[in-house]
Amino acid sequence: MSDSKPKVAFYWCASCGGCEEAVVDLNATLLHVAASVDIVLWPVAMDFKYRDVEALAEGDLTVAFINGAIRTDEQAHIARLLRRKAVMVVAFGSCAHTGGIPGLANLTTKQKIFQTSYLNSPTVVNPEGTVPKVTTVVDGVKATLPGFWEQVHTLDQLIDVDYYLPGCPPMPDNIASAMTAILKNDLPVKGSVLGSKKALCDTCTRKKPEKAVLHKRFYQPHEIEADPEICFLAQGIVCCGPATRSGCGEKCLNGNMPCTGCFGPLDNIVDQGAAMVSAVAAYLDGQTVAELDAAVASVPDAAGTFYRYGVPASLLFRANTKEVGK
Amino acid sequence: MGDVKLLTFVCNWCSYGGADQAGGLKVFYPAGVRLIKVMCSGRVDPQMILNGFRQGADGVLVLGCHPGDCHYKTGNYSAQKRMLLLAPMLRQFGIEKERFQLNWVSAGEGERFGKIVNEMYATVASLGPLHLAKQLVEEDMA
Repeated sequence: MSDSKPKVAFYWCASCGGCEEAVVDLNATLLHVAASVDIVLWPVAMDFKYRDVEALAEGDLTVAFINGAIRTDEQAHIARLLRRKAVMVVAFGSCAHTGGIPGLANLTTKQKIFQTSYLNSPTVVNPEGTVPKVTTVVDGVKATLPGFWEQVHTLDQLIDVDYYLPGCPPMPDNIASAMTAILKNDLPVKGSVLGSKKALCDTCTRKKPEKAVLHKRFYQPHEIEADPEICFLAQGIVCCGPATRSGCGEKCLNGNMPCTGCFGPLDNIVDQGAAMVSAVAAYLDGQTVAELDAAVASVPDAAGTFYRYGVPASLLFRANTKEVGK
Repeated sequence: MGDVKLLTFVCNWCSYGGADQAGGLKVFYPAGVRLIKVMCSGRVDPQMILNGFRQGADGVLVLGCHPGDCHYKTGNYSAQKRMLLLAPMLRQFGIEKERFQLNWVSAGEGERFGKIVNEMYATVASLGPLHLAKQLVEEDMA
């Protein structure tokens, strides 16, 4: 391995592993990338140790791709370590960018998550009520686990982030063009999202009715057979296209499923969920408050639907703790 | 009852007139009621309401023209749809429903303006300040 090659690190925090999969999905392109860079850390695929990264000089690492949201001490520690060593940090995928699916945990509390996961689930048998602790002493030996935080954070709420690669997961062509741009140093202004500047609705090929179609109720995708040619919102199915960045290749739409918003908000939107409220409200039908409320009630989980990948990045950030559970 | 901030959006054509008349009539209302004039209640983006809460408002009140009276014909109806959809989402975020309200005040209803803001201010004050969690990772977590 030559020292002149740019050094690259991949790391995962609170994520599912899909982002790592997306890197592998580069197929042959990955081999070209691997040939032109020196990978110094990639826990999911290669055997390097944290001390290898600790041994690097500051600025020795050209770029660190970090996926996953931040919710434990270990994730924060490694993200901070990589930030110190890397010239550039890229938040890779929805979780690092806006909080992602793990970010939905901000609508509840750590206590409730522990109760559900370790005590109350029907498949859990835990008569002693054992829950993970940071420190446990077993036969005189002290064992430790990373501390689990009260809430989930986006990467940029912890460390300075240079660029964002959106998507759950990011698309291989998007990753490849970002890698090329980084290697050629042909990048937009710091803090940019490396992706399309258009809304998904702008690139969607489904037919939109000339006249707005209003709905007395909305449908969940399983409650109705969707026409594969027509706009989901016009059919009364909540689709996050209006507030979501394009660039995913319309994979969900082509599979006749509505957009769930994984590419995150557009550059001119601060809060994806609030923008979705505006978009969906325009389709509500009703002459009275009662009728409108009935239509609103047909969207059963507004926060989870409009912020499926973005609760920690939202303006409200998390459910107000003292009120959670009431 | 502590000091709270009630962010109040008033539309240019009706509710601001109502607030103006309230002033002329010397209707008392607390200094914590902070008015922001917008052209129409339909201009109030849900992002503005969330941003209000983020920036320290303990309650947000949106006032528009009475149904049928909107200067732009349907702006207040648009506002109503948005606010009705936003309300349950705010509750999911643990923000009590009393902290967020949409109501109608015409330009001639100074008394009504005073009544609405005073009542809502008292309700929000009895709930106390809204302490939203900080977004940035706090040092004690490190």
